[in-house]
Amino acid sequence: MAETAAAKRPLPVVEFLKIPEQGEPYLEGQRCKECSAIFLGERDSCSKCGARGRFEARRLANQGSLYVYSIVHRSFPGIEVPYISAIVDLEGGGTVKGNLINIDPVPEKVKMGMPVEVIFKVAPTKDREGNEYLTYYFQPRR
Amino acid sequence: MSDVYVMGIDMIKFGRFPDRSVPELGAEAALLALDDAGLKIQDMQALYSGNLMQAGAMVGQRILQEIGQTGIPVTNSANACATGATAFREGWTAIKAGLYDLVLVVGVEQLGKTGLLGGGGGGKGIPKEGLLGSSTMPAVFAEAGMEHARKYGTTFEQFAKISVKNHKHSVKNPKSMYRMETPLEMVMNAEMIAYPNTKLMCSVNVDGAAAAVLASASKARELGLRRAVRVAASVLTSDPWSERDLVMPDVNTCTRRAAAQAYEMAGIGPEDLDLVELHDCFATAEILHYENLGLCKEGEAGRMIDSGATAHGGRIPVNVSGGLLSKGHPLGATGVANIYEVSTHLRGEAGERQVEGAKLGLTHVIGLGSACGIHILERAA
Repeated sequence: MAETAAAKRPLPVVEFLKIPEQGEPYLEGQRCKECSAIFLGERDSCSKCGARGRFEARRLANQGSLYVYSIVHRSFPGIEVPYISAIVDLEGGGTVKGNLINIDPVPEKVKMGMPVEVIFKVAPTKDREGNEYLTYYFQPRR
Repeated sequence: MSDVYVMGIDMIKFGRFPDRSVPELGAEAALLALDDAGLKIQDMQALYSGNLMQAGAMVGQRILQEIGQTGIPVTNSANACATGATAFREGWTAIKAGLYDLVLVVGVEQLGKTGLLGGGGGGKGIPKEGLLGSSTMPAVFAEAGMEHARKYGTTFEQFAKISVKNHKHSVKNPKSMYRMETPLEMVMNAEMIAYPNTKLMCSVNVDGAAAAVLASASKARELGLRRAVRVAASVLTSDPWSERDLVMPDVNTCTRRAAAQAYEMAGIGPEDLDLVELHDCFATAEILHYENLGLCKEGEAGRMIDSGATAHGGRIPVNVSGGLLSKGHPLGATGVANIYEVSTHLRGEAGERQVEGAKLGLTHVIGLGSACGIHILERAA
């Protein structure tokens, strides 16, 4: 039974979304110990300073601010529009791209610099094997 | 090192040619450029071919199979939307190095009515497009434009005016895909693709080809400099690390670095230019490049389009060909076609769209990912 339950846990949508056994999911950055640049996903070398194998995993903040965005009205077939493609600077470092939800997708409402937070939800689509995925979104912070 | 001259250059009218092949389109442009130079394929010592969508398919060799298999070395280049400029620069480099006196450069692409570029598949698991933002080109360049709006308050209307200007320019270019004026309301009310880029603020996917014959200084003097164009600078850069560039491609820093190197190589400044053909893949992009190329001061690009300074007849006309927004953007051909446009003005052969007395011009392309190619061209005679 335990094995079945484990198999049903959603998979992370990207490598840098971490789902611990206990506690809340979070986004993880890889910080270069030489130059402090933060990357998403594990890597061998730093593309800022060239240091090799000098990374430490770091839990990224769930709070950030909207850097820039676009409101996408035409995408590939089957993708629901409109949606807001957002680039968010997280507090303490790390920049992440994702969908900004729970706000009207009109330029009058979306303000660059507005405080946002990262939330985690099961994605609306499954893969071919029927696996569910946990994804992240941004939403305005109250 | 020898100076390098453009001795022949031409392009086919951009359009959609579903019944023709990539090598056929490239061959047509190559023959036009050879005729323009008064030379034959047997005179060419090397071929530099640029094509993106068939990058693994030996396009340069297949062009020679159309027009003459002389056995010369062929180099096929792919560098996203900087592909054509990269091929041109490969030819320039070879002459600079003293390897050859005459080389042929061809840029060619067949896009047809391809829809959105970028984004889509890749990676493990489920598709990320529309789930983790958008990596379609209209959205990526919309976000780049919004960075300018964030810093300087640039408006949707100012971005839209870029498209109005370039469509107006294209009316006088017989080689442009579209030749239709698009008033401001029409641009702003067109289908929204990725705010703030409407459909008329996105470049046109077309088929096209352009080609050039390059010569060393000694060969150029022998052939005659009357219609020759000197390549005063050729620069290629890639994107240096910047804070957000893994989620937000940075088209600014690589352009600024390339521009600084190009102005230094040519021994001129942006104020000396008579015309510019820059990479208006989206209306938002042109605004960024006014500042990146030093055509105006930081934060003044919005006012620059408002003032009319970059329209034909203005202080520094930009994209008098109609640009990628109206002339069309056949990826691998674009960088050579831009050089054709500037060269044609420097030769005084641009007909009713001629920028009067043009002596110096600049071409600029960006391949997202990223590559920036800049050439500064000077009238030789």
